[in-house]
Amino acid sequence: MNSVYRLLEKVIDGYVSVMDRISPGWSAKNSSRVREWKLMAYAFSRSKIGVVGGAMVAVVVILSVVGPAIAWEPYWVYKSVANPELWLHPPCLLPECSRAPVLGTDEWGRDIVAMSLYGFRISLVISLLVVLLGAPLGVFLGLLSGYRGGLVDEVIMRLTDVFIAFPGLILAIAFASVLPRRIRELLEALPVLRDSLSFAFGLRPQEYGQLAALISVWFAMVIVWWPGYARIVRGSVLSVKELPFIEAAKLIGIPEHKILLKHILPNVLSPVIVMMTFDLATATLFAAALSFLGLGPQEPVPELGFMISKAATYFPERSWHVVLYFGTLLLLIALGWNLLGDALRDILDPRTRRAIEFRGE
Amino acid sequence: MSALITVEDLKKYFGVRGSFTKKVRAVDGVSFSIARGETLGVVGESGCGKTTLGKTVLRLYEPTSGRIYFDGKDVTKLRGDELKEFRRNTQMVFQDPHTSLNPRLTIAETLLEPLKEHGVDVGDAEAYLVKQLETVGLSAEHLYRYPHELSGGQKQRVAILRAILLKPKFVVLDEPTSSLDVSVQAQILELLKSLQKSHNLTYMFISHDIAVVKYMSDRMAVMYLGKIAELGDSDSVFTNPLHPYSSALISSVPVPDPRTARSRARVKPRGEPPSPINPPSGCRFHPRCPHVMSVCRAREPPLAEVDSKRQVACWLYIKQ
Repeated sequence: MNSVYRLLEKVIDGYVSVMDRISPGWSAKNSSRVREWKLMAYAFSRSKIGVVGGAMVAVVVILSVVGPAIAWEPYWVYKSVANPELWLHPPCLLPECSRAPVLGTDEWGRDIVAMSLYGFRISLVISLLVVLLGAPLGVFLGLLSGYRGGLVDEVIMRLTDVFIAFPGLILAIAFASVLPRRIRELLEALPVLRDSLSFAFGLRPQEYGQLAALISVWFAMVIVWWPGYARIVRGSVLSVKELPFIEAAKLIGIPEHKILLKHILPNVLSPVIVMMTFDLATATLFAAALSFLGLGPQEPVPELGFMISKAATYFPERSWHVVLYFGTLLLLIALGWNLLGDALRDILDPRTRRAIEFRGE
Repeated sequence: MSALITVEDLKKYFGVRGSFTKKVRAVDGVSFSIARGETLGVVGESGCGKTTLGKTVLRLYEPTSGRIYFDGKDVTKLRGDELKEFRRNTQMVFQDPHTSLNPRLTIAETLLEPLKEHGVDVGDAEAYLVKQLETVGLSAEHLYRYPHELSGGQKQRVAILRAILLKPKFVVLDEPTSSLDVSVQAQILELLKSLQKSHNLTYMFISHDIAVVKYMSDRMAVMYLGKIAELGDSDSVFTNPLHPYSSALISSVPVPDPRTARSRARVKPRGEPPSPINPPSGCRFHPRCPHVMSVCRAREPPLAEVDSKRQVACWLYIKQ
């Protein structure tokens, strides 16, 4: 037994004891379920890429949660205005440049490490928002389309084709020219919404103009994001809905919505979870790419893609360290999610899970 | 005894993908009735429509035409609450126990679902389910397991329990033993027989194995290509089949004694069963029948009574 498994086992045992306290007898009734979880935890702990990916993702998530709070420099102070020598200061590990940040500064003289802490939060929140809105939308339409079949299926699938064929970049450009002003007005009218969204993105409430740009990017991405889920879910539903246990449920007289939620959805969810994990990587990169093209937030928000875009002006002589640093961060975020997704794909599939388990014993 | 289920000229056609006019005639004009407490066996080769017949009688498929009467009431067009009441009274046990239980639900969750859906109050659910599990030969230790932790026979017991939990009157058994080991098959058949007695059930027993059907059922219907070829008392159909197709089916049953096996006349139909999309003219069995006559190619034989206990659809037995 390895240490990763011991840690996960402790988490599961803790959950079980909490549930047992809430409703006595829970652990006896769910012993098979808990055993299944522990098996999954064990399979995960045996997968090296899973552990590495999980650790990378954990670091990114922790940094983006606490990042804006622990960032030692505010992103809205332009230090190079008062202190020109800090303008794109290169990384310096030697004692003589102890006054400058270790990994260098950007063109406003801000420490790029501190800026990346804000950037992590923005990237994570936007990718989560895209996936958490796009996936349920796609899953819902896929369930409906696969289960009902016929005309409903035809209409939803043709709609899906239209949205898959739609270029996300063009849509984002179109949205960027129309939406942000409207969203800004909405945010002005609803200070509660403005403050909570600002908090979520780790920005100051007065930068709600940048917030509007982020939200417009979010909308554009969700619109091109759901079709993938609709297709994958429809395919799985088609294979599950013909199984006898669905017919048995119909014969009992279970209404359609309960069959969909209780019998079909849990049996088509594994590929969706894997796809969501991969998509968190893709969405992070796509959002950064949109910001790189100037469609996302503007000054002074240190969005990862936007930082690279600004540094490109002085690349490579003065700004190689900025491009390299933020580029590497994006690479690591995407790599972490992808490794985790790969491991989850093996663990959530009962056949490969057994294979991992047997190799372990 | 009055009939619990009466089926009149039931048809179920399936559309063929990519064609508006072609239809698979899975069930093509079937009539029979099943008395209370009786078991009707339905036997035939794969693809003859016996499973479709079972599912259509239970309204899992909408019939293309024809009538189904349950307890004297027409249930062909039931909707809403009335359909739910019909669902409660009729159940089905499926062929493959590995796919007839939801793999994501524990046995307890699977069994509680029908009770909850129909608002049956059983008091202490756990104690009740344990007691019910014991009636099908399982015990409390299986209650909170997942289906993949049980053997095929145990899963089939759970599936049978789910079917009888709502105390239905009529149960369709769709090859309930054909995916189980031979030793387990016998146990499951015994269980089904004893449940029939204790719960006063009426069965429709579907199988391709005519020996099992003979063992289980009072009457037997031999199906060929969506139609009933012969219908009658199980023992007499088995010992004295009239329809050439029934003879062929029965002569295919292996006999344990090699001497009897050698002396026995084997009737083998020629060729393969034709496609149900485009069945042969006249009698559907005529291209394969050893006794084919000219009338067989031209006209379809009706299911006619030969004696009080036997109906056969064959020109050999119909006086013209």
